[in-house]
Amino acid sequence: MGSGPREEFDNPVVEWIDSRMPIFTMLQKEYGVFPTPKNFNWFWNFGAIAMFMLMTMIVTGIFLAMHYTANTELAFDSVERITRDVNGGWLLRNIHMNGASFFFIAVYIHIFRGMYYGSYKRPRELLWILGVVIFLLMMATAFIGYVLPWGQMSLWGATVITNLFSAIPFVGEDIRTLLWGGFAVDNPTLTRFFALHYLLPFVIFAVVFLHVWALHVTGSNNPLGIDVKGPQDTLPFNPYYTMKDIFGLILFIIVYAFFVFYAPDSLGHPDNYTPANPLVTPPHIVPEWYFLPFYAILRAITFNFNIYMLAGVALLAVFMVEFIWRHSPKYLGKSAGIALLVIGGALALFGLLAGFNQHWTIPFTDMPIPLTSAETSPISAKLGGVLAMFGSIGLLVILPWLDNHPIRSARFRPLFRIFVIVFTFSVFVLGYAGSQPADRVYWSTCIGDAQACEVLAHGAGHGAAAHHEADAGAEPLVLKFDNTMLAQAFTGVYFLFFLIILPLLSRFEKGRELPTSIHEAVLAKKQKAGA
Amino acid sequence: MSAPKETEQHGETRRDFMAILAGAFGAIGGAFAVWPMINSLNPAKDTLALSTIEVDLSQIQKGQSKTVMWQGKPVFIRHRTEEEITEAREVDVQSLTDKQSDEDRVQKPEWLVAVGVCTHLGCIPQGQKQTDNHGDYDGWFCPCHGSHYDTSGRIRKGPAPKNLAVPPYEFLNDTTIKIG
Repeated sequence: MGSGPREEFDNPVVEWIDSRMPIFTMLQKEYGVFPTPKNFNWFWNFGAIAMFMLMTMIVTGIFLAMHYTANTELAFDSVERITRDVNGGWLLRNIHMNGASFFFIAVYIHIFRGMYYGSYKRPRELLWILGVVIFLLMMATAFIGYVLPWGQMSLWGATVITNLFSAIPFVGEDIRTLLWGGFAVDNPTLTRFFALHYLLPFVIFAVVFLHVWALHVTGSNNPLGIDVKGPQDTLPFNPYYTMKDIFGLILFIIVYAFFVFYAPDSLGHPDNYTPANPLVTPPHIVPEWYFLPFYAILRAITFNFNIYMLAGVALLAVFMVEFIWRHSPKYLGKSAGIALLVIGGALALFGLLAGFNQHWTIPFTDMPIPLTSAETSPISAKLGGVLAMFGSIGLLVILPWLDNHPIRSARFRPLFRIFVIVFTFSVFVLGYAGSQPADRVYWSTCIGDAQACEVLAHGAGHGAAAHHEADAGAEPLVLKFDNTMLAQAFTGVYFLFFLIILPLLSRFEKGRELPTSIHEAVLAKKQKAGA
Repeated sequence: MSAPKETEQHGETRRDFMAILAGAFGAIGGAFAVWPMINSLNPAKDTLALSTIEVDLSQIQKGQSKTVMWQGKPVFIRHRTEEEITEAREVDVQSLTDKQSDEDRVQKPEWLVAVGVCTHLGCIPQGQKQTDNHGDYDGWFCPCHGSHYDTSGRIRKGPAPKNLAVPPYEFLNDTTIKIG
């Protein structure tokens, strides 16, 4: 950064500093004349908006920390004191707690933009991965921050999430104790969470710096997804995009301010205004809205991953890598490919069905199917849920390699465009599923003996007695669609999009003809509009 | 860095070896320096000191329960009725998810002592009060994800993988126990 030939500044103070440390030269190069594609649409505002939200969170957070007390006896009251007694404390707190939501809104739109226009593709893979790192750090920071007010959702959300770590084989319980600093989520947990909540935003800031650095090496992607060919394709960042970013930011802040002033608690959960009580669990624990899709994926894994399923998926993975991802097979012949597909598919399907139907037996005997029980499955349902949840974000890291289609923008990939919209829809459905109780039934019907159906329908409240009665009669067939099944279906869509659809499209989608340059595309659009 | 010509032919030099050795010792030293910080996050001595409590059982009538705090977690103490004991002992142990007989879970049949934390994701099951939902097996019911526990605190239905844990405890006399 900075050494080498340098233009002199007229202002003597600026020149004095710049000749010793060329920070103004750097700013002029990176934010003044920085060549930026001239065809950005409004989606390109959200990086700057996310940056603004990060600064807002850090500034309000520092002042809130001056009034907050990280102690289980005092935390809840200290937050109430901020709202009621500290001068303007209500405003600082409302800005901060709604700021978390609006930071995520900005970042989710920013991520969608990256996916839709293929911003993750070569040469911007590292830029994208740094973005995923920022996203993970944001999630950790937001989760920890929600614990600090020490309400019921704080305590029980922290309990559920830290208990996930106990699913890790062998060291899980020790890691959980290390996180807690005791034997439950308690005062030692709260104090370390506060320390980390203060630290992590600065780590995010450092990674954002790397993210922007990488961006300024490759330059921005654009809605056409084609490379910048020369100066006629770009505009200097200032004033063109400084103005556009500021205008977009103002619109965003208007919506944000509406929530801060008129609906500050609408994005939170009322249970968090009940002080934390380690003896009473709220009946329905939900995380903040921005975690709901991932919470739904976590809860969707209610079955064990047995050995058949894992073997089948491994064979299918070999097929996908060798015959689809690699465009022309390197090690295996056609017949081996068919064998992999058939055997792998059959094993995976059988394993999945056996995992769902634990009561299945070997035909004509009453022996259970071997190696499908909880003890003999390599990955239990609990660990499977944790792996699926982290895996759903891990897939974003390898996205640049899952989708190696040469065209970036969805504008010129009609099939990709459809699937990326279906994927986005599935994330919204998962979010809804995550907000609902796991056992909520959307639709059900009972086929068989009317009386037995009656017992099933109304027996639940009568406890053990009804349970025994239902067992005695001929069992009717109950078909139902509940929230867990909804979550499972769309978790399937989520993973299929990354692991099957994207490699297939990379291999087989033809795509439309690309414009020769950004400049020509912009001119053509202008002529069309003028005509 | 450019190495002298004659060493290039040998591939590895004494200098490479020393660099690897120094790097390895640096890494080991770094790990030793980080350990005290990681270890400071483990339960502190005062947290560990709170790890035993004594409970007076004489106030708990037959059919009633009491919840006490131990290590920041609720412990369910239930004075079980004859029916509850019979119900717990009649079950075929082989049919259970976490195979444990009632005899292995209690020291005296009328007193069940179990950690009141659902083994699924750590919620507190209901069933300590008479009016609570006791689940399908007359014990406890976890509202978070629908786990049913029986009168011995064993998992019978739902996602929890294990029975309610039995903490280490001993009877100091007929009406007092020490947990921990």
